Parts: sequence; structure tokens; C-alpha cells
Amino acid sequence: MKLFPIRGGIHPEYRKDLTSEQAIVVMPMPAALYIPLQQHIGAPAEILVAEGDLVKKGQMIARNQGAVSASQHAPTSGRIKSVAEVAAPHPSGLPQKTIILEPDGKDEWADLPAPIADPFAASPHEIHERVAQSGIVGMGGAAFPSAVKLNLGTQKKLETLLLNGAECEPYLTCDDRVMREYADEVIDGARIMAHALGTPRVVIGIEENKPQAIEIMTRAAAAFPNVEIAAVPVQYPMGSERHLVQAITGRETPARKLTADLGVVVHNVATARAVHHAVRFGRPLVARVVTVSGSAIRKPSNVMTPIGTLVADLVEFCGGFSARPESVVNGGPMMGQPLPSLDVPVVKGTSGILALTAEEINGSPTSACIRCGSCVTVCPCGLSPVDMAAFIRKDNLDVAAKLGVMDCFSCGSCSYVCPSHIPLVHYFNYAKGVLRELENDRRKNERIKTLAEVRTIRIEKATEAKRAALAARKPASDAAPSGNAGEAKATTEEKANA
Amino acid sequence: MSGMLIAIVSLTLIGLALGSILGVAARKFAVKEDPLEEELKAMMPGSQCGQCGYVGCAQYAGALAKGEAAITLCAPGGKVLIEALSEKLGIEADLSGMEDKGPEHAYIIEDICIGCTRCIRECSTDAIMGANKLMHTIIVDACHGCSKCVKVCPTDAIVMVQYPVTLANWHWSKPEIENTEPKPEIVPAH
Amino acid sequence: MKKSGPFAHGISSVQRTMFLVLLALTPATVFNLYLFGWPAILLFIITVGACLAVEAACLVLAGKPVVATLADCSALLTGWLLAMSLPPWAPWWIGVLAAIFAIALAKHTFGGIGQNLFNPAMVGRTVMLISFPVAMTVWVAPHPLFSAGAPGLAEAFAITFGGNIPDTMSAASALGYIKTELSRGIPVTQSITQMPDLMDMTLGYRAGSMGETSALLILAGGLFLMWKRIISWHIPASMLGSLFLIAALFHAIDPARFTSGTFHLLSGATFLGAFFIATDYVTSPVSKSGQIIFGVGVGLLTWSIRNFAGYPEGVAFAVLLMNSLTPIIDQYTRPRAFGRTRKGEPLPLEGKP
Repeated sequence: MKLFPIRGGIHPEYRKDLTSEQAIVVMPMPAALYIPLQQHIGAPAEILVAEGDLVKKGQMIARNQGAVSASQHAPTSGRIKSVAEVAAPHPSGLPQKTIILEPDGKDEWADLPAPIADPFAASPHEIHERVAQSGIVGMGGAAFPSAVKLNLGTQKKLETLLLNGAECEPYLTCDDRVMREYADEVIDGARIMAHALGTPRVVIGIEENKPQAIEIMTRAAAAFPNVEIAAVPVQYPMGSERHLVQAITGRETPARKLTADLGVVVHNVATARAVHHAVRFGRPLVARVVTVSGSAIRKPSNVMTPIGTLVADLVEFCGGFSARPESVVNGGPMMGQPLPSLDVPVVKGTSGILALTAEEINGSPTSACIRCGSCVTVCPCGLSPVDMAAFIRKDNLDVAAKLGVMDCFSCGSCSYVCPSHIPLVHYFNYAKGVLRELENDRRKNERIKTLAEVRTIRIEKATEAKRAALAARKPASDAAPSGNAGEAKATTEEKANA
Repeated sequence: MSGMLIAIVSLTLIGLALGSILGVAARKFAVKEDPLEEELKAMMPGSQCGQCGYVGCAQYAGALAKGEAAITLCAPGGKVLIEALSEKLGIEADLSGMEDKGPEHAYIIEDICIGCTRCIRECSTDAIMGANKLMHTIIVDACHGCSKCVKVCPTDAIVMVQYPVTLANWHWSKPEIENTEPKPEIVPAH
Repeated sequence: MKKSGPFAHGISSVQRTMFLVLLALTPATVFNLYLFGWPAILLFIITVGACLAVEAACLVLAGKPVVATLADCSALLTGWLLAMSLPPWAPWWIGVLAAIFAIALAKHTFGGIGQNLFNPAMVGRTVMLISFPVAMTVWVAPHPLFSAGAPGLAEAFAITFGGNIPDTMSAASALGYIKTELSRGIPVTQSITQMPDLMDMTLGYRAGSMGETSALLILAGGLFLMWKRIISWHIPASMLGSLFLIAALFHAIDPARFTSGTFHLLSGATFLGAFFIATDYVTSPVSKSGQIIFGVGVGLLTWSIRNFAGYPEGVAFAVLLMNSLTPIIDQYTRPRAFGRTRKGEPLPLEGKP
């Protein structure tokens, strides 16, 4: 298959050998599971259970609110201990509403929806419903509700389902192992999704540093002529949706558009496997493979973890820390978020927990920008980080916006190469946050102005109506002017003039 | 001598010619100034709260157009308005005097509210919901912090509070690098 | 303060960059110090020392941390390059004054490292050239250390601190000689026979500043830097290419008036300029296409100044002139954003399915 080059990018130290040869191990059920109501992009789920309820594995404990939302299911059977505000796996450490479940040790499945006997005869709508019911979200990390993406076939003409098996971040090997150990399930899930989307072609993109995965997946796909495996070059960020699409099709997704507008829909390989389970067995998403790695972890492993396991329990299962980590990161080292503490849960989008030492992070105090231009050379989005960061540093966010900072997806390539160790991505995250906030404020101010104007008009109309009514009644009530009416008239007139 | 005379005369003529061309151009191609005051007034929130010290938004706009007022006086307009005014008037915003309060909204302490509806009538954006002798409450989405309601409440049941930081509105703060001048930063709380 | 990602970093650092550049310069420098003997060594030490001292003084005045900033070696590099571009037997005050203009004027008045518009070493050299044309154009033929006729250490002190270069030792640089002869009406074809042959020029046995004299070693250093990815090929290739092409073109048209392309490449500070001076990060454009425009500009200007201007050597002026254009080159050669046209609008959806 002809592949196309992508611009920029870096070749970091991958260090995947820490876990790439570790088969997936299943973690025993911890003492408590913390299931947040929002583990996805969109509206939080609506809670269906209360304290003290007994639930079975796979039972829906919170329902999606609207289309862009996802349901939550009990990862095991047990008792709902409470519903509380628990710290989210987010750098802010802010709390979010979380269901706390105490496992009963029996791990009994609830009555699951019936398997769809022949998914390829089922309507796309049925499959979409089943995926929505099963709480499946994008497991590459973005956690976008997959059912919404599966519905795109009704809105646009789609050509290709592209499965993202690139896994371009250093350290992470969860997708690699899933492809090696469950290739048939991934391919089946992919074919089901392709049927739901109406795409005649399925391409699975895998980076060349995973030769075993490529081989095993190629063999598994051999029986299906419409499924192709594409071995893409090892280049960070090949796993970025838009860049993977460019590598496979040669086309750039226009800004502010979806890849679906080019006829391609991208899903993660683990998501495909989850769809296979949901459709073939009626099982919702209740566990996922997490790569626990970094040189500060005693036993780096790929762990099949129940959703809601505390990171502390997961790290303990992997032997705990062998050294003091400088940072514990949720995700890969490039785009992962630092965790404020270990007492936060693993959620559906957690692909990795990394305990990194200062040596691995290789940070240094920041010095002045020397305009070397390395950041411009590596930016996969064709932006100019040197200029944007300079303007942001001087609080000139408008110019930074004009230079395209809102197009930045924080891949981290620029920060990786900067010789002065300038925290470029941090500047852009800050700028994007403030610009979004200012945009919200602007919209709010406009709405409020409308409210104020509407009110002024309403009061003027009321005053007019009163004046007209009084004028009409005047001849009749000449003798007794009502004191109240006069007072009311005075205050409304006052207000109208303000 | 004649050489000098020629030089003086020719340069003078050139100067006069170019000067007249510039003068005519300045008049013929002059850009009509939009009434600045009208434009500034359109930018104001329009709640006539009086926190800027002027009677209403129109008066503040007038003072701004004349260059008599600072651009940092409007509390409900917030940072967005200050930046917009800064760009329009070409004035640098001096944020050092501003308190680091951030945007606020009103909050009715229900235990103290007596349901008199005075605040409802006063609110310029209809952001208070309630009726006579029934509990009043602030519609936060419509409240822009002008605090006129606080002043009219007979039982002091209304206070101004900051927007809480939630997962939805949290964002990274500016990276602090040594050796840069510390800037007084307005970190909006919402 | 909470730190955002990424939590990984490559090997690049300012120290490593500076160290590699200095390493690349070392062979040529050592050879030249050997070629020109004790006075050159003294001048080198004085110039570099003066740059460090001026940098320290400016940092103290600016209230910035002195040791940490000096440790980034940028002043050291400026001093080194400046010393390479001065006449090797120049008196000590030339080195000191050049250092003051380079560091204090060209670098710190603009805001320190990363903020200067003009290449500091070139500013230092150019100010000296314009202010003290005689002292700055006294070239000597090589007198290798320890060879017969070379000044010993004591004599070197007299030369550097006394400023007395024995007349028997002065010589003209190649470019200077050609230009002077041309102004006397002697065509290039004749005067060039008086010049050391090209091999000598490549190896370095000729009069000139230290940076001029060993094209081969400088080239080796430049290629080393390209291999280590400290500099890219764009500026050196475009500068040398454009210089060679225009020189060759005019030489073909009028060989009596214009020297050949190879002569231009091998004389003067061309190689030093191409690999070490024009490639200075701060004063050259950030994008690759911008760098090519910059390099072509430097090459063409170098040739023009050498042939038509009052000075025989044009690299310093050419670099400074193109430095002034770097901001505007940067503005117009920004890369195209992903998913957008060059103007910044989203790409059209061609053939929407």
C-alpha cells in the first residue's frame, strides 16, 4: 500500500522494551472501585443507583445524558458504598462525582443484552445502539463516545475505517499487546464497525516498530480481502488522527473539519475489541489494558485493569516504586497529564501510568530562546512555536491566536527539541485555555447585553401601555388619581431612563 | 552666489509643491471618523450599574471617547472589555491597579431572603428568578456581576461570590520562568 | 508550579550546541594560531578575555545571574569568532574595542542572548574596520610558531602591546591585492599570478585574518556541525552556491575584471562566514525556505561588495545587511499550517464525497 510522508515530528527514545514482551496480566479485583460519572468527552452520565444498592457485573449504573455522552457500568458485582466527590485523574486534582463500589468477590455478570447473532445482517442503527448501550468510548485516550462516531455513516459518505494501532508514544505497549494477543477480536470488531459505518475498506495502521503485531494482524486479516494492514513509519506523532489519515491517504484534513469529511473514520484498536465484546457477547466496557511503566516502577507490566481501580492499587500490583518518581503521568510522556496523587481512578481513556525519574524526564532550567528554529522544523502542524511562545510570554494572546495557536494539539515535539528547555507546550496550553475562556466570556457578554436590551424594551412598552391606559381612563377618573399608580409610574419611568 | 540662489529657490518650490499635494490629499482622501462614542457605547454591557463611577454606560462611553476615563473601570465588562477598549482606543491597559478578584456573580443567601422582589425589579438583565413572598434565586448564566441587587436588598441577603473552578473551566496557568519581570496577572476564577 | 508535559526531552541543549561549535572551530583555530605565532595567540586570548569581561560587566549592570549566563558559552563563541576575523597581529586595543562593540553594543543593548538583531562578532569587526581602517588591514604572511623569522614571545608582546609590526613582515591579503591592482589598471589575469596558488589558499598558507586562512579545516568543521545536526545545509549551500555562480558568470563574461568562482570561494572569510557566521541562530531566519533566501542574499551581496564597493572583503557587511532583513524574511516564510492554505484559511474539501 502506498504511504505518504507526514511533516515534522520527532524520534524520541521509545523505551518500549520495558513492557513490550510482557504478556497482559489480569489484575485481581481491588478492595474498592471508583467509577466517575464522566470519563469521556461530553455530558456526564446520569446516576441510576444509590448507596447500598447491590449490583452485578456489567449492570448499567449511570446512563448517558443525550447523544454526546456515555453510560457507566459496574466493573464487578458488589455493593454501592457511596456516591462522593473524588479527585479526578486530572492535573488540577479537582473532584468529580464518583460512584464507589465495594466488590463482593463473586464477580457475577448481570443479565446482559443478547448477543447480536449476525452483526453483518443487523442494521447500522442496531449496532450503534448496542455500542451506545455498552458505554464504549475512544480508548486511545481521547475518550470520545464511540457510538456518535459510528453514526457518521448516516451523515457522510464514508470510504475507509482506519484503525489506529500506531501507538506512537514512548513506553506505551497496551495496544501492541492487544493486537498480538487478541488479533481476531480486533479484526472482528473492526469489520462490525465498518459495517455500521458503511465503509467498504478497513485499514489498520501499525508502526513499524511492532513487527510481531504487524505479522499477527496480517495473518488474522488474511481471510478478509477488504481489511488491509498498513505498516507506517515510526515517527511521533504518527498516532495523531489527522496525521495517520495523511499517511494513509495523502490528504490533509482541512482545519475545523473532521476526518470523516474526507471519508475516513478513525478508531483505536482497543475500541474495536470492545465493540466485538459488546456485539458478540453483550458485554459492556468494564476493564482495559493499562501499560504501567517507567524506570521507577519495580515490575513494568501491561495490566488488564477493572475500570475504577485506584492508581495506587495498580502501582502496588506492579511491585510499587523502585525509586522515587519525579512525576507520575497518566498516558504517554509526550501528551500525558501529570497526576496530582495516586488516589485517583483508572478510567476508560487511561492507556498508561508512567512513573518517571528525573533522569528519564531530562528536564533543565529554562534559558533564553536562541531562535534556533528546531521547533519550527519539528512542528507537525506547520506552526511557528518560537513566535507564538514569544507573544504569549508577553501576554499578547491575540497575535498568538492569529499565528494559529488554536490549531496546536499539544503533541510536545517542540518542547522535546528545544535546546533552551522552554516549556513551549505549557505556554500553548495556557494560551488555549485563556483564549477559550475569553471566547466564552465574549459570548456571555453578548447574551447578557441582549437580555439587558430586551428588558429595557419590555419596560418601555409597559410604561407606554400604562400611559395609554391612564390617558384612556383620565376623563373618567379625573377626580381621584390613584396614589399607587402615580408611585408605580414614577419608578418605572426612572428605570426606563437609566 | 547664483548657484546658491538657484538651490534655495528650487528647494523652496519643491517643498511648496509637495506640501500642497499632501494638504490636498489630506482633505480629499480623509477617512471619515465614525462617532467613537457610539461605538464605545455599543461595547458596554448596558446594565447601567454605575460601578465605573459614571451614571450610566453612555456617560462612561462619552468620557472614554474624550479620553477622560481609564479603560479599566468597568467591572461587569471584565478583562474582555478592557482588552477590547485597549485595542479600540490604542491605550495600554494598566492592570496593576485592578484587584485580583476575577469575575463574580450574585448569590442569594436563602435563610435571609424575605421574598420582597426588590432585587428582581432592579436587576438589569432579568437574572433573578422569584415572586412575591417566594424564594428568590440568581440565574448565574445571566448574571454579570454589576451588583446593583446587593445595594437594594433590605436584608443584605445578596453577596457577590467568585465563580468556582471546576474540571470544566480549569486551565493551565502561565508558566513561571525566572528572570522575567513579574506581571500582575489577573487569573480569572471562572 | 504545576508543570505541564511533555515529560521527555531530547539531548539538545544550549551548552551542547555551543560546545560542538567550539569543537568544530578548534582545528582551524589551532592551525592558525600555529601559523601566525605568538602575537596571534596573545590577541586571541585578549579578545576572548575581553568579551567575557564585557559580558560579565553587562550582566552585572542588568542584574542577571553572571556565572550561570556566562556558562552558556555564547560570549566565548562571539569572542572566538571575533578573534578569527581580526588581523592576527593587530594591537591589543583593537581586540578590546571590538569586544566592547560586539558584546555591549550588538548584544546587550538589544536585550542579551537571543534578542540581538545583528551578528555581534560581525558588528565588532565592522565597527573596527570603519573606525580604524589602517590597523584593520595590516595583514601578515604566515610566520609559523618556532620557525625562523617568527617573533618569539618577547617580540610578540612588543607587537601586540606596542603595535609595531615590522615592515618586512606585512603582506597583502589576496582580495586586497587584487583590488589594489585593479585600481592601478592591472587586470586580474595578471595580478592573480602573484597570488599563492589555490592549493596554498585552501590549506591556509597565505596572508589574511585567522578565519580566512584555512578553508579546508573550516570546511571540515562545518561538515562536522552538519553531521551533528547543529546547522543544516541550507545557509552554507545557498551562500556558497550563489557566490560561486555569480562569480563564475561574471568571470566568464570578463575574466580581466572579475576573478573566478573558485577564487571567491577560497579567499577571504567565505567558508568561515558560510558555516559559522551566517548560520548564527539568533540572526538568521528560522524556517528552511527563509534560510535559503538569506544564504542567497549573503552570497550575492558578498560578491557585489567585493567587486564594486570600497572594501576588498564583503562577508561581514553582507551578513549584517541580511541580518537586518531576517525579521521580514521570517514573517513571509512562515510554514503553511496543517489543514490550511498559505493564507491561513481552512483547505477546501476537494471532491466532497
